[in-house]
Amino acid sequence: MNGTLVVAEHLRGELRDVTFELVAAAAEIGGPVSVAVIARDPSLFTDALSVEGVDEIVTVQAEAEEFENDVYQQVIEALIEDRGPGFVLLGFTVNGMGYGPAVAAKLGLGFASDVFRLSREEDGLLARRAFYGAKVHAEVDFPGKERVLLMLRPGAWAPAEGRGDPTITDLSVQVTAPRARHLKLVDPPAGDVDITAADFLLSIGRGIGTREEIPRFEALAGKMGATLSVSRPLVDAGWMTNARQVGQSGKTVRPKVYLALGISGAVQHLAGIKGDGTIIAVNTDPEAAIFGVARYGAVVDLFEVAEALAELFA
Amino acid sequence: MKIVVCVKHVAVLGDEIRFTTDERDVDEDYYDRTLNEWDACAAEEALRIRERLGGEGEVLVVTVGGPSADVALQRCLAMGADRAVRISFDQTVHDPIAIGHALSEAIVPEQPDLVLVGVQSSDSVQGSTGTALAQFLDLPRVAVVKKVEYDHATRRATCHRELEGGLVDVVEVDTPAVLAIQTGINEPRYPTFRAIKDAERKEISLVSAAGGAVSGYHVRRMFVPPKPEGAEMLDGGPADVARRIAEIVKERLA
Repeated sequence: MNGTLVVAEHLRGELRDVTFELVAAAAEIGGPVSVAVIARDPSLFTDALSVEGVDEIVTVQAEAEEFENDVYQQVIEALIEDRGPGFVLLGFTVNGMGYGPAVAAKLGLGFASDVFRLSREEDGLLARRAFYGAKVHAEVDFPGKERVLLMLRPGAWAPAEGRGDPTITDLSVQVTAPRARHLKLVDPPAGDVDITAADFLLSIGRGIGTREEIPRFEALAGKMGATLSVSRPLVDAGWMTNARQVGQSGKTVRPKVYLALGISGAVQHLAGIKGDGTIIAVNTDPEAAIFGVARYGAVVDLFEVAEALAELFA
Repeated sequence: MKIVVCVKHVAVLGDEIRFTTDERDVDEDYYDRTLNEWDACAAEEALRIRERLGGEGEVLVVTVGGPSADVALQRCLAMGADRAVRISFDQTVHDPIAIGHALSEAIVPEQPDLVLVGVQSSDSVQGSTGTALAQFLDLPRVAVVKKVEYDHATRRATCHRELEGGLVDVVEVDTPAVLAIQTGINEPRYPTFRAIKDAERKEISLVSAAGGAVSGYHVRRMFVPPKPEGAEMLDGGPADVARRIAEIVKERLA
């Protein structure tokens, strides 16, 4: 076992927050920490990556500026071969999903994804992840594995900060032509509303049942002085646009009050709620994950509550 | 044209949760099962790709699980898939590396043009099985696909990868390839009653996977996490709850 390798994630020339969270998790594991950055000009990222806890930055030059899964896979496999890290940390992100499990499958590594807590035991590392709609947690371990690749949940660790003084190593890796090629990035269409600026969000989810119910919640939001936001299923169904979606694939919001009606609280949804605002959740399922993060909760019919609220704010 | 779709019969927990005696999993008497939402989208997309190509070719649906998982396969057959294979495997395994490997054993002899999987299962949320499977099949892959344009002449597919924040990464991939399908790409069709009845009569081939040798993790224990302190439950009927919510909202926004 020889330290931890962190894979930096960047998009449009900016390092993503999860990179620094991975560094914090690596520091928690202990041992030397190397951060790999793969880019057309990786030197652009070395200054920002020089944070406390990073012992070494390994720069690897690639042809494409943006992510390509075959390139990342081959470079990380070469680095594992070269450095022999005990642990490899990736973000549980869309990019990470494109190559992390392939590296683990190919090299026979210990592997787990969406890990949100780590602890050192006498006989190795214990990782915690959720199962069954986040109603159940599991501790998983990796018996007999010399190396372990973990994909960590974004937002689960506080990002590493403070200046560090890492050594910088340039590594050249020959890669074969990528079979999946990046062509271009396309921004989502701008919406007519900015839910990220709202102090008060009335957020509705699958629990509302049908499209026909949406107007009544639009009206309720209007009465309460709230902005209407939604969880992913309503956007998938084509009932609302992505501009109103809270979550990993939607917007990140920081309201003072987040009133969630009929939202179960999937991890990807909760990832979009930041800040220290008050979450109030109404759901008929007493085991809904949203109650795990809410400040206030109520197990009642959301339509009856909505009706009563409409009268109060008439 | 042959498209393989991998599906999972996912668990949906009820209000009460009980664990197996070794505490390494939930007792199966305490959950219901259904076809994974992401996989229904993958099956639908396979059918649509075939329709766009003029209806030629075969859609084969594959799952890993016990006899009860036949229900998920029958659902896909009723939607329009031609053939189904169930890989009999240790049902207590959640590990995506082990599942990906088991799937690959059944898929290799099929030599598909495309393999579609769901991005994740609603019960395990690992987002990994498709990419692990692609490695075992030694195929290119694209994860989290929101749109597919498959060109059978050039054997290439243009995929829209949905990144965080709704940003789209347009990717061109050589096929055969494994594509992990995201929800919202389509609205899965509802099979007719007649189609469901017909599907129940279709044969499901059983394949056994060796398994065992390939794994990512081992579950040490499962448990219900303690609720964080401070989560205050509002008592009473809807009117009482609404009054309290109104008070809290006014106080916080003041």
